[in-house]
Amino acid sequence: MAITIEVNGKALTVAAAEDTPLLWVIRDELGLTGTKYGCGIAQCGACTVQVNGQPARSCSTPVGAVAGMKITTIEGLGGHHPVQQAWVKADVPQCGYCQSGQIMSAAALLAENKSPTDADIDAAMAGNICRCGTYQRIRAAIKDAAAIAAALPAPIQEDR
Amino acid sequence: MNAHTPVDAADPSRREVLAVGAVVAGSTLLVGCSIGDLMSLGADADLGAFGPFIKIADDGQVTVVSKHIEFGQGTHAGLAAIVAEEMDADWSRVRVEQAPAIAKVYANLGMGVQGTGGSTAIANSWMQLRKAGAAARAMFVKAASKKWAVPESQITVKDSVVSGGGQTATFAELLPEASGVKPPEDPKLKDPKTFTLIGTQRVRRKDSQVKSDGSARFTMDVQEKGLLVAMVAHAPKFGARVKSFDDAGALKVPGVVAVHEIPSGVAVVAQSTWAAMKGREALKVEWDESKAETRSSDQLMAQFRDIAAGKGPADVKWTPFNSKGDIATARGEAFEATYDFPYLAHAAMEPMNCVARVKGNNATLSFGSQVPTVDQLNTARIVGNLPGAIKIETLFAGGSFGRRANFQSDYVAECVHIAKKVGKGTPVKLVWTREDDMRAGYFRPIVHHAVKITLDDEGFPATWRHRIVTQSIMKGSPTGTPELDETAVEGAHSSPYLKATPVVDAQVALPDVGVPVLWWRAVGATHTALVMEHTIDQLARKAGKDPVEYRRALYRKAGAQRHLAVLDLALSKAGPVPAGQVRGVAVHESFGSVVAEVADVVVADGAEPKVTRVVAAVDCGVAISPDQIAAQIEGGICYGLSAALYGEVTLKDGAVEQTNFDTYRVLRMTEAPQVETHILPSANPPSGVGEPGTPVIGAALANALLAAGRPPVTRLPIVRTVV
Repeated sequence: MAITIEVNGKALTVAAAEDTPLLWVIRDELGLTGTKYGCGIAQCGACTVQVNGQPARSCSTPVGAVAGMKITTIEGLGGHHPVQQAWVKADVPQCGYCQSGQIMSAAALLAENKSPTDADIDAAMAGNICRCGTYQRIRAAIKDAAAIAAALPAPIQEDR
Repeated sequence: MNAHTPVDAADPSRREVLAVGAVVAGSTLLVGCSIGDLMSLGADADLGAFGPFIKIADDGQVTVVSKHIEFGQGTHAGLAAIVAEEMDADWSRVRVEQAPAIAKVYANLGMGVQGTGGSTAIANSWMQLRKAGAAARAMFVKAASKKWAVPESQITVKDSVVSGGGQTATFAELLPEASGVKPPEDPKLKDPKTFTLIGTQRVRRKDSQVKSDGSARFTMDVQEKGLLVAMVAHAPKFGARVKSFDDAGALKVPGVVAVHEIPSGVAVVAQSTWAAMKGREALKVEWDESKAETRSSDQLMAQFRDIAAGKGPADVKWTPFNSKGDIATARGEAFEATYDFPYLAHAAMEPMNCVARVKGNNATLSFGSQVPTVDQLNTARIVGNLPGAIKIETLFAGGSFGRRANFQSDYVAECVHIAKKVGKGTPVKLVWTREDDMRAGYFRPIVHHAVKITLDDEGFPATWRHRIVTQSIMKGSPTGTPELDETAVEGAHSSPYLKATPVVDAQVALPDVGVPVLWWRAVGATHTALVMEHTIDQLARKAGKDPVEYRRALYRKAGAQRHLAVLDLALSKAGPVPAGQVRGVAVHESFGSVVAEVADVVVADGAEPKVTRVVAAVDCGVAISPDQIAAQIEGGICYGLSAALYGEVTLKDGAVEQTNFDTYRVLRMTEAPQVETHILPSANPPSGVGEPGTPVIGAALANALLAAGRPPVTRLPIVRTVV
């Protein structure tokens, strides 16, 4: 049975079986490879996307469970989201493989909390592993992203 | 190499025997040919006017060709900066691309083959790329001089603009003339005092944007028409082989197109990753474990302890590595300590993977190749071609920490075997799950150290007996196993403490175990640094001296000026110990660089120790990118701390017990310290930074625990014994 999801603002019908993890639908069927596979059991966060604005581990989310929902992947942030700007400014990435997931978790945090404390950041980011050890730059960049976002003009409200 | 072309004219199998045979024998059978030349047989290198490392586009954009893979260590930025500095190119417009696999052009000058490792990328490229940049600059100067009839001495270059005699022109404008200038053999290099880019905060990564917007291309991300995904059912124990298998269930899974037996297991080939996973789950395989390693890691460690204590088998071979004087002269009460280190998985974020296309004898690979020459050689053996004819497109790798470099090219060979079965040049992407990656071996080996030391009247080491028992990493090298496997003893071998000790009896034994082992970020230093540094703290306490002052005295005896300098720098920046915390200090030299780390730690009953802050000082010669050096020290400390606190792979009856990040714990953000990195000014050539920060932190943490009155650390990981 075809499943319809909204990915980065576009409504799409996918052919995958309902039990297929969202990760493989995004990567193999939709060809959006920014979202990464790291562990397959929601332990590392490399596959983090946002489902209706909430961070979700796409490796452990069956596509059937998100039918009709809004999915945002790293590609959907547009490349110049405040979090991405802060990441580039601080040269956060090393190997870079985990960073899509880190950024999606950070962007979800900032959407809910405009000025997170260290404890807020730790709590929101504890599910994202970085083996290169970029943690301290991530922490600093999240604070910088909050400042970048605060300096932006207020977003235009959507109609709905 | 041209002089030997007639030799090539024989049939391919004959040519392969020659090229491969020479490398296997570890000698150059063809007089005048380097290994790099031999391994490039069949290669086709088309180099531009500015040589193999520099391309200049019509619009003047400079591209630096990196012979080294970028897997996080910041090498692309560093290499590009060296070229841009000598060339006076506009750094903001310099880009980097990855070199193809051609050993004779792109060899690591420290290895003789193309490869990245041992923290050598910047060090081996330093003079090579300075000359390449300076030669390109000289070509523009000469072209401008001729065009404008202005003496070369009056021409200057800045940010890709050439000026002189009242005229200016961009690299783009002068490109037609400059491309025609013969490159100078021995171009004049800048006086390092006049550097304007190297050593500044302007040297930043070139890949942060693509690594922040999802567009960076990793092996996992290769997509092309007709691509198939393969997963392999691997043996549950090292050395086991396929006895029989039933693929009926697997072939029924929608999307599965084929099942093939290969030397390392049974491969399921499918149209998508999920189908390959489901197909593999449905596969039934029986294994022949008659030749498998079936010992448990506890048993192995017990055997290693026995060997060190002289209770091992009679045929154990001991190799001395630093012995001097007569240990029989040891007098007085001895300090004794032993240390046990577990197997460690690299656990890079991107599990091992590879893309291969095989058609007849031809193979084209796309993946994060750490040592392309070895991967070419192993691929060539499978498809029956010359190593140089194997094409490799090296992509970003999601970490490696040594894992992607091994003599057997394990995961690469596995992919090539499958692609050969599939044939027709069909692209096959081998995907390993985290569980495959965790259980595949190539671990940092288990290691046991035993030391016995007597002190002189002043409390300094008078005699030092040292035994190391571990597995050999170099065993299986295509150039033969060396007499002394330096990777097992480095860090102890070169220790200033042994230099300062009059009598040393240091030996290593390397018993055979059927578990594949490998270098793991910082290699031998991952254990020797802790053993030497933690032992020194214990000796200082035994002698009633302050551990820092004790070190200083030994460094003075050994003439270890760099150790003294980084220790002093780190301590001067660290300030007082925060209230409620304890401090541990350690210093270690590896890969040509010396690093001191001062760790402040909260130690509380019933809780895991928490490293809050680390002040590091590093002497790595000329600092090309201070920011990336800091990044490597920050990351290296996290990697080392993760292993010291939690890292452990165990075997039960030969089978790996850990499967994923739920059972192989790694450092998370809440556990990461704040790191401050200070760089010792130096005019020496650059040395490594990717690894040297890693091995010091475990020792600093262990010393902090001693300062807190805790017992000495005698085994890792620390959480096993300290909480």
